[in-house]
Parts: sequence; C-alpha cells; structure tokens
Amino acid sequence: MSSETKQILTTDGIPLEVSLKKAERKNKIKAFLLVAPLLLFLIITYVFPIGDMLFRSVDDKMVTQMLPKTFKAMETWDGQELPDEEVFAAFHEDFIKLVEDKREGKLSTQLNYTKNGFKSIIKKLRRKSKSFEEGNYKEQIMSVHKRWANVEYWRAIKRRAPEFTSQKYLKGMDMYVNEEGKIVSVEEDRRIHRVLWLRTLEIAFFVTVFCFLMAYPIAHLLATLPMKYSNLLMICVLLPFWTSLLVRTASWMILLQQQGIVNDFFVGIGLVADDNRPEMMYNKTGSYVAMTQILLPFMVLPLYSVMKTISPSLMRAGKSLGGTPFVAFWKVYFPLTIPGIGAGCLLVFILAIGYYITPALVGGASGTLISNQIAFHMKSTLDWSFASAMGLMLLSGVLVIYWLYNKLVGIDNIKLG
Amino acid sequence: MALKKDFVKFDKVDKSYDGKVLVVKDLQLDIEEGEFVTMLGPSGSGKTTCLMMLAGFETPTNGEIYLDGKAISSIPPHKRGIGMVFQNYALFPHMTVYENLAFPLRVRKIPKDEADKKIDKALSMVSLQGFASRMPGQLSGGQQQRVAVARSLVFDPQLVLMDEPLGALDKNLRESMQYEIKHIHENIGVTVVYVTHDQSEALTMSNRIAVFNDGKVQQLSSPDELYEKPVNSFVAEFIGENNTFVGEVSDISGGKCKVKIANTDILANPISVKGKGEKTKISLRPERALINPSDQMDNIHSGKIEEVIYHGDHTRVRINLLGNNQFILKVPNSSANLDIKLGKDIKIGWNSEDARALDPS
Repeated sequence: MSSETKQILTTDGIPLEVSLKKAERKNKIKAFLLVAPLLLFLIITYVFPIGDMLFRSVDDKMVTQMLPKTFKAMETWDGQELPDEEVFAAFHEDFIKLVEDKREGKLSTQLNYTKNGFKSIIKKLRRKSKSFEEGNYKEQIMSVHKRWANVEYWRAIKRRAPEFTSQKYLKGMDMYVNEEGKIVSVEEDRRIHRVLWLRTLEIAFFVTVFCFLMAYPIAHLLATLPMKYSNLLMICVLLPFWTSLLVRTASWMILLQQQGIVNDFFVGIGLVADDNRPEMMYNKTGSYVAMTQILLPFMVLPLYSVMKTISPSLMRAGKSLGGTPFVAFWKVYFPLTIPGIGAGCLLVFILAIGYYITPALVGGASGTLISNQIAFHMKSTLDWSFASAMGLMLLSGVLVIYWLYNKLVGIDNIKLG
Repeated sequence: MALKKDFVKFDKVDKSYDGKVLVVKDLQLDIEEGEFVTMLGPSGSGKTTCLMMLAGFETPTNGEIYLDGKAISSIPPHKRGIGMVFQNYALFPHMTVYENLAFPLRVRKIPKDEADKKIDKALSMVSLQGFASRMPGQLSGGQQQRVAVARSLVFDPQLVLMDEPLGALDKNLRESMQYEIKHIHENIGVTVVYVTHDQSEALTMSNRIAVFNDGKVQQLSSPDELYEKPVNSFVAEFIGENNTFVGEVSDISGGKCKVKIANTDILANPISVKGKGEKTKISLRPERALINPSDQMDNIHSGKIEEVIYHGDHTRVRINLLGNNQFILKVPNSSANLDIKLGKDIKIGWNSEDARALDPS
C-alpha cells in the first residue's frame, strides 16, 4: 500500500506530476494563444453586446438617477395619502435640475410608460415652475394640474424608484403591476403578446413536423441511392443555401400571391374559381409554406448523416429474421435514426422559433412571430429594453426546450454531421 | 428420417445486374439436407450473389431456386425462414443481446416463456450465457460473431446462410470459431450454406465445397477430393499450394501420359488431356514430391536448390527443376533431412499418379 501512495519521482528527483505539468505547460500556452483571437472576438462581438442588451431589459436606473432626492424623501412615505411637503420640495429640486439639463422630456416619456397622463402635466409643470416661489412647493405643484394632487400619480413615481425592474418581462406576458403592487393580466382585448407567443410556438412546431415528414424520405433516398444520383439530389437539397434568403422568400411571394403562379395553376385546372382565389400569403399559410421550404435542409442534413452510417445489412438482417419490411423499418431502422431526428427537429424548431424575415414578408398580420414584434420595438418604438426582455424570454424558452430534449433523448445522442 | 438429396436446388440460375454481364452463369447446384456446403471463390466470382439470391435479397435473372421442393423466387425474404449471418454481423446496435435474439421470435409471435427458453438454449450453444443484457457495442468481435450465429439459429430455421462471417476476426479467433461453427452444425444438424474466400476455412469446415470462378461452379466435391483431385487448373491453383509444369503431351497410353517439358519427358496422370500434341499444365502438390526418392517412383529428376526458408515445423525449399525455378518442396523438420544446402543439386521424385495433367489455361 505504501508504495502506491508514495510520490513517484523522475530520475532527476523532481516529482513526476510537477515534471509532467512543466512539460505540458508550453503546449497549453500554445493552444491557448491559438484560440485567443477567436475568444477575444467572441467576447467583444458576442458576449458584451448580448450581455448589455440583457442588462437593459431589467435596467431601470434612468428614473432613479433623475429623481434621486425625491426617492430618498419618499422612503418614509407609506403611499396611502398624498406625500408631505418634504417629498414635494425634493421633487421640485430634482425637477429644476432636469429642466436646466433639458432632460425633463425623457422623464415624462419614462413616467408615461408607467402611467398615462404624465406627459402633459410635466410639460405644464415646466412652464409653471419658472414662476414658483420658494417654500410650500406642495401647494404650488398641486395647483399646476389636478393630477398632481392625485395620489395615484405619486404612487406611479414611487414605483420607478428601484434600479431594476421586471416590468418589461411582465409586459411581454401581457401582465403588469397594478396600483396595489399585484401582478395582473391586462384586459382581454389588449393582450397581444400571449397570442404571438402561442402562434410562434405553433408555427415553429408545425414547421418542424412538416420538415420532418418531408425530409425523412429525402434523407433516406440520399443515403441509399447510388453515388451518381445521390450527389445530384444532394445538390438539389443544398441549392437553397446558395441563394439569398430574401430571394427565396420573394420567390414564394411570386408563387403564392393571389394572382400568382400557384393560384393561376389552380384556376387553370379548375380546382378553384377565378373570382374566388384562395389567399395563400400574408397569413399563416404563407409562413408555413415558406419557412418549411427554407428550413428543410436543416432537417435533411442531420438525418442524412445519421442514415449514411446505418448499414444496409441491418435492414436485411431484420427481414431475413422474419420481420416484414415495415417491422424491419420500424423496429430496426427507425430507432437508429432517432439521433438524427432529434438533431434535425431541435435545429429546425430553434431556428423557426426565432425566424424573422420570412414571416415579416409573407406572414401578413396573422402570420408574424414574436421576433417581428421584437424588431418592431427595436426599430419603431425604440423601446429597446422591452425588445431585449422579449429576446431574453425567447432565449430562455429555447433553453427550456433544449433542457427538455436533453432529459427526454439525451444531448449526447444528437448527431449533427 | 430420409434426408432430401436436393433440399436446396439451384436450377439453371443466371444472374445479371446490368443486362450485359452475367455474374452467375447457368448455375446447377443441389444441396443435401443437413449438409455443410461452402461456396469458395475469389472476390467477384458470384458466390455472394448466389447466397443473396437464396436469401431473397436478389432475384435470379433466369432459372429457379427450390427450397425443400418449393420454388422460392416469388417469396419475399421474411417469409423464407432462412437464418442468415452477415459479413459484419449486422447485430441491431440499439438492442441488447437478448432483444437481438428475441427479434425473430417476437415477429413470429412466440410466447415469451417459450422464447426465453429458446434464447437461453441458443446462448448456451455459443457459450454466451450471462451476456443477455449486454449491448452489442460492449462485446468483442468474437462475441458479436457468436451472437450473430445464435440469432440466426434461435428460431430453428432449416437452412442457415453465412456470408464470410469470420472475415473480420483475427487469425486465432477465426480458427477457434471455425471449429465452433462446425460443432454447432454437427450438433443440431441444420443445413448450412457458407460463403468464404478463405480456402483453409472451407477445407476445415465443409462437407462439400463448391469452387466458384467467373460465375460458374468449377468443382463441387468433398474437401479431400478437391485438394487431391482437382479437375482443372483453376481449382488446382486456387486450393492449396501447387507446382506446375507447362508442356505438350507426347504420348498417352495405359492411364499414363508422357509430357514433354524442356526436352525432358515426364510421366503424368491424364485428367483432361485426350490425345497427342495437346498442351497441358501439370499440377503436383509440394508434399507429394520427395527428396532422394526410392527407385519405385516413376519420375526422378534432379534440380538445384535456389532458396531455403525455415518454417519451424517444416522447411520450404525452392528448386530449379526442369526449367521451373518456382518448384517448391516441403521438407518435414526431421533429423533425416539435414543435407539441404543452398546451391546443391538434389534428386527429386514423385509418382506419375500425383502429377495431374490438366487443361493448359
């Protein structure tokens, strides 16, 4: 036993482990230096921006920093009655400073997110505050507009005191914190995001199913045909990759529109009446068709790479042992393709759930996804924190799916190529 | 119980893949019930194609195959009830050994307790008890091979096909598996059709061997007959080691012929030569030629030793004899033969019986 626990020494008397580490160190440094540029690139272009965007989604420091004295004074306020003079004086002091910096407009926008009606009364306060006399700010501010005398508006200000907020996430789920501080859903007719989330999941799910149903036979053919034909078929599968995504989507617009080729063909063979052409675009159908076609290769390739490794003698063995062709397929071939199915489905589903350009172009109002909403808030309303909140929700959704997949199938079973 | 003489019958079977070249030509082959028949031949000789036609994965282009008296060309593979061992075992990698063996029983709807008995029996036959819950990937090549054999036998087929089953094993394992398969065959009496390109495998295992070349059966006979009495020069050269002389028949009479080689006449056994002037190739096994022969032998010639290779139990001696410098002799490693030295002239003799005059090709 003692010989086993004794330290092994090299002939020079240095412990073997130390010597080994020394010998390996140079290689380790070399290896690290080789990947260092990429690591740096990833950190600068990927980790920082995304981290920053994610931080934005919970960051609520802006108002906190605009009204530091007010919030300090508000700490002791219970929120039941109107706050006392001390708070009003602090608010006045903060506000005058904002006016001097010309930042009161931003404050009004921010407060307006919390409660409608702040915009006009802040404008009014700015005008009137020039003629304010020193002392008794409570009376003076309350006289500017009757809303300033309404305790609810002061509560709304207090709600903006914390530096961090989950408000954007709640908004993404069509929920908000009400006056009493409880989390409630918005009124039925104002819920837009939940519908979008569900639609995104639905479209991603069905696109995955359609891709699977179409890709499986193609991949099987690819894996079993003689080289000469399978190469040609492979080119057909890969061809879409060599064409711009926009071009492909635009082609679908030409094909699917009401006066388009597909409709013309249907009318031509008498399937539909000329004055009753079906709408195949600017709705879910458009999203389904175009996304399935565009994402198909992502299903075909993992399936193909798995099927290629399945020896044809396995199917033969299944048959020679007495299994009908169906039994041989179902009990032998199909279970062996599950790693490919898992990889393909995961890939297609994750790509589909965040798809943007295609649904934006052919989806219309009923075929857009959550990513279109994110883009809308990035570009039009400029509410970046909301956009990044939804982005993070999408990301966590994908991670949940990944986790579920790992639990059910095991991520080690996945084969991408 | 009378055993059927033509349990498996290939009747004038032709096979072509592309409509231009015949891979199997006019195959006529009867296999007896309970027999171990090996199809032996170089690659591309059509032996595997024959096996695949029998298993049902290829259809004959012409002719018919009968199994137990029934024409089987129109029966799909899964209804033929033929066990098969594939070249790379073709074990189902996602199933345990037990599930692999249960597969043929389950599709035949055999009740579980009966199936379990059969699986136990099959596993003990290949001495793999206790391996039932292993996955094929956890087994060594030899063990996988045994599982494949057990699986092909577990549903009691009348006929088992084996397609180069030992090709992927190393030499020692291959030899022990040969005996094992042979013993299993002897114990259960199943008919086996075995395909290999390894002649020693064929010689040790089979009742009869069909030597394939160029889509045709060159010779179908027992191992000893195949080795000792090859009917043409392809078989003579393909099976075992062989010394050849090419020459012309100068006289033929009384069951012997004289063949003229390098201005010398030697006596030979006329197998496929009919008359004077024919070209012929004489085949002589190395162990049938002796050094310093007794005078009773009717062929005695002298040659020069060109090379001596020590093999432990025997010594191979290459001799330049009658213009053929590739003449090989196998000398047993006994103390009587110590006088073999490079460059020495020695006398070599053999019986004309053993020198078979075959076709010249």
